[in-house]
Amino acid sequence: MASTRRQFLTSAAALSFVTIASQTYAQTISGALPWHPFAGDPPQPSLAGWYFFKPEEARVIEAIVDRLIPADDLSVGGRDAGCAAFIDRQLAGSFGNSSRLYTQGPYAKGTPTQGYQGEATPAMRYRAGLAAIDAYLRKNKNDRGFAQLNAQEQDDFLKTLEAGKVDLGAIDGKTLFDLFLQNTMEGFFADPVYGGNRDMVSWKMIGFPGARYDYRDHITKHNQRYPLGPVSITGAPDWSHKG
Amino acid sequence: MARKLPPKDVVIVGLGWTGAILAHELTETGLDVVAIERGPWRDTATDFNIGYMQDELRYAVRRDLFLQPAQEAMTMRNTTSQTALPMRDYGSFLPGTGVGGAGVHWNGHTWRFWQSDFETKSHLTQRYGEGRIADLQVQDWGVTYDEMESAYDRFEYLCGISGKAGNLNGNIQEGGNPFESARKREYPLPPMQMPYAPTLFAEGAKSVGYHPFPTPSANLSKSYVNPLGIAMGQCTMCGFCERFGCANYSKSSAQTTILPLLMRKSNFEARCNSEVLQVNLDGAGKMAKGVTYIDSSGVEWEQPAEMVLLCAYGLHNARLMMLSKIGKIYDPQTGEGTVGRNYCYQTNAGIQLFFEDKNFNPFIASGACGQTVDDFNGDAFDHGSLDFVGGAGINCIPTNGRPIGFRPTPPGTPRWGSAWKKATKDNYLSTLGFSSQGSSYAARGNYLDLDPTYKDRFGRPLLRMTFDFPDNDIRMSHWVSDRMVEIAKALKPKQYVEARRNKSWNSVPYQSTHNTGGAIMGADPKTSAVNKYLQSWDVPNVFVIGASAFPQNAGKNPTGTVGALAFHAADAIRNQYLRNPGAALVQA
Repeated sequence: MASTRRQFLTSAAALSFVTIASQTYAQTISGALPWHPFAGDPPQPSLAGWYFFKPEEARVIEAIVDRLIPADDLSVGGRDAGCAAFIDRQLAGSFGNSSRLYTQGPYAKGTPTQGYQGEATPAMRYRAGLAAIDAYLRKNKNDRGFAQLNAQEQDDFLKTLEAGKVDLGAIDGKTLFDLFLQNTMEGFFADPVYGGNRDMVSWKMIGFPGARYDYRDHITKHNQRYPLGPVSITGAPDWSHKG
Repeated sequence: MARKLPPKDVVIVGLGWTGAILAHELTETGLDVVAIERGPWRDTATDFNIGYMQDELRYAVRRDLFLQPAQEAMTMRNTTSQTALPMRDYGSFLPGTGVGGAGVHWNGHTWRFWQSDFETKSHLTQRYGEGRIADLQVQDWGVTYDEMESAYDRFEYLCGISGKAGNLNGNIQEGGNPFESARKREYPLPPMQMPYAPTLFAEGAKSVGYHPFPTPSANLSKSYVNPLGIAMGQCTMCGFCERFGCANYSKSSAQTTILPLLMRKSNFEARCNSEVLQVNLDGAGKMAKGVTYIDSSGVEWEQPAEMVLLCAYGLHNARLMMLSKIGKIYDPQTGEGTVGRNYCYQTNAGIQLFFEDKNFNPFIASGACGQTVDDFNGDAFDHGSLDFVGGAGINCIPTNGRPIGFRPTPPGTPRWGSAWKKATKDNYLSTLGFSSQGSSYAARGNYLDLDPTYKDRFGRPLLRMTFDFPDNDIRMSHWVSDRMVEIAKALKPKQYVEARRNKSWNSVPYQSTHNTGGAIMGADPKTSAVNKYLQSWDVPNVFVIGASAFPQNAGKNPTGTVGALAFHAADAIRNQYLRNPGAALVQA
């Protein structure tokens, strides 16, 4: 049968293409649709521990995400939702090292419409930014770091950072805050497989059903609440109790 | 030195929508065709897997399927007085890569341009006088709608487009778009079922006298078998469409409509992870000899061919012509040169409506399921007393409720803390948005060329984009925004919030991947790079197929017209060019 006949042809004897399904090798395909078992590339659930942050950095990030998303009657806080762990995994990967971005020089200060033109990767910005915040606070808050401030002091500091009113020397505090906020929200709302949004807490809060893929029964049920709770790529808690 | 391969009849650069259509059409004639694609092989079951495709972070935010700037970036500036800098990350638009190209992760809005769009310059001059378009560089396409009708029809039936005809052979049809140019038959499939938001929008638009209709969609309303015998499934409205591959065989793409047949042909070959560096010309620069490409292990190959078809993304087509010295690069000072001329975009604006008592279930969505009002698109309305030309479609097409990107809150809401959280929860289900997708008309100072400073990973100059929204287009967009406010008020929301279009074009926030022009078609080789059959005026065995051919962009998504142009060019090659290979189909 044609569907089982897999044929990878090279055009000339000199060709040395590697004919496996991979993003990294050139591939010549002719005469059939290529297919390999287990060729998919599912996300890998994150394991315990810190991949990028040093222990003292992790404590500060946990405190920050817990003020950006505080625990209240709507949800747990950012720390218990796993936002710090999410950011840690992101910084340890291609987001953190900008490996997908254009990083050739020369670097120049552009117009706002030209976007970020800095040389520092997100990982470098977090490392340097957290150090600068710590130095600033220890100088101005009786030698206490962010994690040692009380909740009101933490909120006040984050508000001034957001407003661009904290002098962190060479580091722009406002764009650093924006990076923290962007990644915290990504962690809170992304699929739990990446370490944040633990127990799909944010999806339950807003009513997003998650990784479902068939809503045909509900399309014309206008103005009616969708009845089912969320599922993750890794499933839902009640699934694991069934045979 | 590149290693030389045995010759082919045809080499195609890029295996997306246009490459797949051309490859299918030309292999049918018995030609030996190779497509060279710089991205990976991708197919539904393995790469758009139903088990994990619904992943907003991976595909929508980190953009796993898109062209990475590390592979090829572009530089941008708003005016020639600025120094262009690289877009270190893509933002405003997101080019594709890999087999299927941007046709993998598109939404599926599938429009026909109108007769007046194809004759923009002569139509507007005749109706409003030359003075009205004096600040613009709009041109005619060199083809008419009537010449394109059957090509549109073939693309729509290839895809299984779901919609309702508004004009069948000149007879206006109830429920369709009354402003469209005449089509010869109905869409292959009926419109999709409408969720609440577009239904309510349509009621509001009707109540103020406008004519809403279902947006023609490449997300299928029913299961379908296309003319090639390839089957597709009904869209399940999963809300993971734009930026995602479809896991359900419900969104038309090269994968779901052509490749299952094409890949089985013995006279077709796809080479993936192989990037074409340039088209090779003969000593006189008058004929192409083939292409040189580099594979992922860094080995360069020369692929000789009788014909070269540039079927990459439009911007990349223009850059490849520049790098290969096909035609002369446009100079905005003198107006001379054609490659890079008339780069255009899309002029969009939006509005959000906040309600107390409604539930729109925003996650029940697909890329193209919605309602459109075309009363103010193109030249559907009289511009006589107005101070602009062009127009916009008003679209209520809620594509998703994915919460990293979709978290509407009213102005004044803090960005974090408990007040932010409460507003996020309160407004997630009960917010309705719609937008205007406006025409982008060519202006002398908006163009593409090669950057003098920044290089790609092979040391070739990056494409440089110089663009800002022309004043005409800004005035158009504001006038259409006023019409959107009329519809919004009719729906009686608690609050509405406008997002109007203003200068300058910002490369950071996402706006549209509808980049057009740079290798435009036309009747005059002084003002166009390719003739009406998309054949290069300068190198006649090179055809350049894509939105690069649009002389300016209409207020509509381009893919329907891109697909039709692919069939149009294929017909010209099959029926005319192959009879006398190497000859120009239109005398300059």
